[in-house]
Amino acid sequence: MSDPRSTETVEPTATSTVSADTTKTLRDEPRGRTGWARILLGRDAIMIYLLIATIIIAMISIPRFASPVTVGFLLLDVIPVLLIAMPMTLIIITGEIDLSVASIAGLTSALMGVLWQAGWDIGIVLVLGLVIGVLAGMFNGFLVAVFGLPSLAVTIGTLALFRGLALVVIGDNAVANFPPELTGFFTSKIGATGIPTVMIGVVLIVAVFGVILHFTPFGRGLYALGFSTEAARFVGIHVARSKFWLYVASGGVSALAGIFWTLRYSSARSDNASGLELAVIAAVLLGGVSIFGGKGSIPGVVAGVLLIGTINYALRLGRVSDVVLIIVTGTLLIASVVAPSIFDAVKRRRHDRRVRRELPQAQPSGSVSA
Amino acid sequence: MTDTVTSTPTPAPTPPPRKSRVGGSRLAAVLRLREFPVALALILLVLITYAANPLFLSPQGTKDLLLNATIIIILAVGQAIVIITRNVDLSVGSILGLVAFGTGSLFANVPGIPIIAVFAVGLAFGAILGAINGLLVTLARVPALVITLGTLYIYRGLNNAWAGGTQYFAGDRPDEFGALSVDTILGFPIITLLAVLVVVIVAIVMAGTRAGRDLYAIGSDPDAATLFGIPVGRRVFIAFAVNGLLAGLAGVLYASRFNSVGATTGTGLELDVVAAAVVGGVAIFGGSGSVVGAAIGALLLTTITSALTALRVDKFWQQAIVGVLILAAIIIDRVASIRTARRLRMSEARDV
Repeated sequence: MSDPRSTETVEPTATSTVSADTTKTLRDEPRGRTGWARILLGRDAIMIYLLIATIIIAMISIPRFASPVTVGFLLLDVIPVLLIAMPMTLIIITGEIDLSVASIAGLTSALMGVLWQAGWDIGIVLVLGLVIGVLAGMFNGFLVAVFGLPSLAVTIGTLALFRGLALVVIGDNAVANFPPELTGFFTSKIGATGIPTVMIGVVLIVAVFGVILHFTPFGRGLYALGFSTEAARFVGIHVARSKFWLYVASGGVSALAGIFWTLRYSSARSDNASGLELAVIAAVLLGGVSIFGGKGSIPGVVAGVLLIGTINYALRLGRVSDVVLIIVTGTLLIASVVAPSIFDAVKRRRHDRRVRRELPQAQPSGSVSA
Repeated sequence: MTDTVTSTPTPAPTPPPRKSRVGGSRLAAVLRLREFPVALALILLVLITYAANPLFLSPQGTKDLLLNATIIIILAVGQAIVIITRNVDLSVGSILGLVAFGTGSLFANVPGIPIIAVFAVGLAFGAILGAINGLLVTLARVPALVITLGTLYIYRGLNNAWAGGTQYFAGDRPDEFGALSVDTILGFPIITLLAVLVVVIVAIVMAGTRAGRDLYAIGSDPDAATLFGIPVGRRVFIAFAVNGLLAGLAGVLYASRFNSVGATTGTGLELDVVAAAVVGGVAIFGGSGSVVGAAIGALLLTTITSALTALRVDKFWQQAIVGVLILAAIIIDRVASIRTARRLRMSEARDV
């Protein structure tokens, strides 16, 4: 399934070392961009330009958009998706998926509500909320990584299971009387900037995932895993163990998102964050992560999440109905995956023409297909 | 596959060891059926519930049971066709919503329109929406999961834009249309019989026609199917269009069965439908399973809800049990496929 046409490099860029053989090499074959050009013209950069352009257009065309209030509400709205998108990026890069994230957030929320209602200390409530998320993630990880079951099916199952457990725990009730200092903290802003205080923690989590994915052997191994599980195993990557910990991380971060959701809206209900999984996956794919695995980056995903968040917020502020929002999200998603595959097709056709022009003697059937 | 043209008349290679097992193989074959676990679970569930609460299988109880299952059965059959080709369609809930609302507005705006015409329009509308999915999936060669996630949003958005705050109620529709899901023939509601008809037709096509078998080949190994000369793109496109058509049918029936249709009709149905197919033994990575299994899976999932009520179990347990069932289905499937692989290896080793 993995396509070999990607520009993402797993191994150090193969500088075409022509050994002494008879094959004629193509002159001037584009070798892929290097250095700054690579960064400034890459998929991530395009996402970031798009984000900046959207923000500028919104600031010009929509009154009241350019204000600290906007920054505050936009970020508060985006935080749950942004948080869950981090482990989701890593999981999709390995070629798996986790559909149960929103249900884990809901389960955390429900458990918090019940424990708090029962008079537990809020500190213990928070810790247990996190623990249940980690346990849920371990359960997913166990089924996917250890038993090798298909993650799409497994997490559809646990999506129902965890949401069901949330219902069992809290039923139709809603718990709202969380300590005001705490809920106040979750909506507070840093000085006059309008940036929510919790963003500090969110940025920290994003940075941790960014470093893990891009600067550690473990993270680089995830790309290899997404390209080919077999190959990754031969290179010495612990396939099962890597996947297991990704699902644990996903459970833990989803629990954090559930805690945030509960305290921000000061409401613990069984249906909190329901349907969020599709929004997260849409944002991650828009951010340039390939659903086939092996491709994607944290900066791209952050830009993707913020882009959807900004467009949604700007349209809402511009009194455009929610209707358009949904259509825009869907269209962006489809465009973001269809466009690269069209580019690829064009590029390949150009390449093929080149090969045929420069190597007229090579028979199509006899040519060495790399 | 290897046609060796030899001059010597080779005796037909009959596998002698198979013969000895014919006697007990009938039962073994039934036990090995992919539909067996889910059918057994359904029978046990119904029996246990009936033993605890005989009202469960009263004529009214049975009728409610079947009515509740009808729409999910039709959707699950369509979804099974798509999943068998190693794709998935997440947009069915949105297609159902659009068609259901379209049905409502057709009755409201065109007084006296014949019911059969409404069905035709609904089916065509669904087929077009499904065909759009199919076109995007086959032309752009992007995984169906992504494309149909996108169209899930787009179709839902269109539904919102079209409906706004409008809702159409059963009073806007002719009585004969509503009667489809009230009247019964031999105790079966008419729309349920329609669903059974759909299951039978699709099952025959999938099992007995070239196109149907091609879908399994595509799901087992798309590359091999291409090499074998199967028109993969065309077949997958048709699978999506048929799924859309069935979702359209489900949408029209939804408008008959339920009182109101509006902007949010059918929201969140997609995962229930995929779950029904998976529980019914349709492997999520394609190539195996049957539409009959998917239909039984749908029946099982809806029956659980009614059974829990009949057993006076807290209704909040329902979703958790559905989750456990899905996981159980996947694990059973895995165990079965490991066993099949081992058996194949053994028999290959023997035949050498």
